[in-house]
Amino acid sequence: MGPDEILKALYDETLVGNGPRVLELTNLGLEQGMTPETMLFDALIPSLEEVGARFERGDFFVPEMLIAGKAMSGALDVLRPLLADTGAETAGTFLMGTVKGDVHDIGKNLVNIMLEGAGFHVIDLGVQVAPEKFVTAIQEHKPDVVGFSAFLTTTMPMFKANMNALQKAGLRDQVIVMVGGAPVTQEYADAVGADGYAADASAAVKRAKELIRQRRVAATV
Amino acid sequence: METVISSPGRTVTIGPDEPFCVIGERINPTGRPKFQEKLRAGDLSRIEVDVAEQVAGGAMVLDVNMGVPLTDEAELLSKAVTMVQGLTDLPLVIDSSVVEALDAALRVYQGKPLVNSVTGEQERLDQILPLVKRYGAAVIALPNEEDEIPDDPRKRLEIVRKIIDVAVGQYGIPLEDIVIDPLAMPIGADTTLVNKTLETIWLIREEFGVNMTLGAGNVSFGMPDRDAIGATFLPMAMHCGLTSAIMDARSPVMVEAVKAADLLLGNDAWGANWIAAHRAKRRAAP
Repeated sequence: MGPDEILKALYDETLVGNGPRVLELTNLGLEQGMTPETMLFDALIPSLEEVGARFERGDFFVPEMLIAGKAMSGALDVLRPLLADTGAETAGTFLMGTVKGDVHDIGKNLVNIMLEGAGFHVIDLGVQVAPEKFVTAIQEHKPDVVGFSAFLTTTMPMFKANMNALQKAGLRDQVIVMVGGAPVTQEYADAVGADGYAADASAAVKRAKELIRQRRVAATV
Repeated sequence: METVISSPGRTVTIGPDEPFCVIGERINPTGRPKFQEKLRAGDLSRIEVDVAEQVAGGAMVLDVNMGVPLTDEAELLSKAVTMVQGLTDLPLVIDSSVVEALDAALRVYQGKPLVNSVTGEQERLDQILPLVKRYGAAVIALPNEEDEIPDDPRKRLEIVRKIIDVAVGQYGIPLEDIVIDPLAMPIGADTTLVNKTLETIWLIREEFGVNMTLGAGNVSFGMPDRDAIGATFLPMAMHCGLTSAIMDARSPVMVEAVKAADLLLGNDAWGANWIAAHRAKRRAAP
């Protein structure tokens, strides 16, 4: 197999979520002297973008998205240390969690997959994350963005509680806050004072990149 | 064990020897942006359609949820409950996690409703169970705690035990008025989880013999052809001991599956309901 064939196969096998094969191909590529960046940016990321696009069109379903994400993660586990060696810049660090009182995690996990696929370093705090836990994790990991997820109209008010906790801990200005989840709207995001909202996983990635860019530009002037 | 709920005109009994209790889930703004917008503007008219469709589909009880962000949920929920009671005599499930909203809706409800819901979290138990007791309602309880929904059926069983101990022992709520939600998990996220829900249902029936209900739509979340999944899941769960579900009562496939399971599990004597439903269908479309 030559490099082009490996890239094509990586793309195809990620698309169908064939984890073992994706891992094999990743190692094969490395043996042949392909760079981690090539495999990531010319095969894995485009493949996952296609998965996301199909999901949004209703052509792909939740299990297919999850298994593709898993295949990608397996490859990333191999590539991430190498990427760090080459000094390739990550898109940013994203701290993620479903708010206290809410146990829904499918949507959040899909966003994580798309973020990882786009080169973010994602730290997932899981579900039922209390405001204090977000605060501690922000202090520890210093993420670029923190994401609050809620699936229920009844748990959405936790966004505000989280914002208050961040404010109180003096962290509000140090991190970009994004909110999302089935019942969340831009209007609601504005009402709680979040920096960003997105309606779906792909849009969340775009919005996160945009917000980080804005912040980096603001920091240099 | 029988859980009896009522409106002024009708009594519904949920129990293992009764036909499965179909609770219509539709009066709920979650995932319905247009409905949400109307409710926010104080326009509740859409509820009339939702009631009519669910009654026609075979609902025996209706769930009423008015979880619209940035509104006064207490006012909205009590208005909606009064409105629905004017439209139908089906008993209602009053569905909110805002304690003030439950209180306001319970105050205006005529009859004995089912409250949705309380969890195993101490704070929730202490807030909601006194209301249930004061208004003489029945209550749905979910076996999840502060940190997690345990996957392990035996752990869920232990939380159920704790909830029952507190509800019966501390608040004096009769055991038959506690309906457990064994937590339906999405099969699309993990294909081992529905087996665990089924096992939980089985264990709860063996251990406590209480009635159970769940949100049937959860099971098929994120999958195509959802109604067929629901229509297969419900009879399986009924066999294990599920006695009710909050479900899309407008789905003929699911409602029919439930009615067939009633017949097959011996809860439709001489097939009278099944045959009557057939005749009604024949009359409607000769």
